[in-house]
Amino acid sequence: MAEDPVQATIAKTIADNDVVLFMKGTRQFPQCGFSATAVKILDHLGVPFKDVNVLDDMGVRDGIKNYSNWPTIPQLYVKGEFVGGCDIMREMYQAGELHDLICEKGIPHAHHHG
Amino acid sequence: MPMSSADIERLIKIKFPDASVQLTDLAGDNDHWAAHVVTSAFKGKSRVQQHQMVYDALGGRMGGVLHALQLTTALPAD
Repeated sequence: MAEDPVQATIAKTIADNDVVLFMKGTRQFPQCGFSATAVKILDHLGVPFKDVNVLDDMGVRDGIKNYSNWPTIPQLYVKGEFVGGCDIMREMYQAGELHDLICEKGIPHAHHHG
Repeated sequence: MPMSSADIERLIKIKFPDASVQLTDLAGDNDHWAAHVVTSAFKGKSRVQQHQMVYDALGGRMGGVLHALQLTTALPAD
């Protein structure tokens, strides 16, 4: 599976960046409500992230779903690990778990404790 | 043809007989559902795994004919 060029590019993007959001559209111009929500959550946390517009490349759009065995976009990866889609990001964000995860992984973000 | 709530519930219960499935129609268009699924089968599973289990139960329709299912999962309070 890894020799498939699309899977290789996906794996490399995920490995090269602490936080990667595969989304529809870009950070400035999300093209779908779920992707926009994911961007908003990451912006609220003040976390720098790499946005990958799957609409630019159909190979990545389908490839990412096989990579994580997850059927929808957006998809969030932190330090190489698949965290979840929009639902899970929202649930974790509301429970403070996303912030804790980012802290635990030592990823710089807007610190606003207290 | 969007999936009805009955279809969603039936498919999930086939895979998880003890599941309770709460469905809310988010947009009143029979196509944007929020589903809260509770089953003991989730025990010891991460959130991602729990969601993947539900997507498997829906037989790969998630992301296809069913493009907007807002999913939350939980273990039964034992």
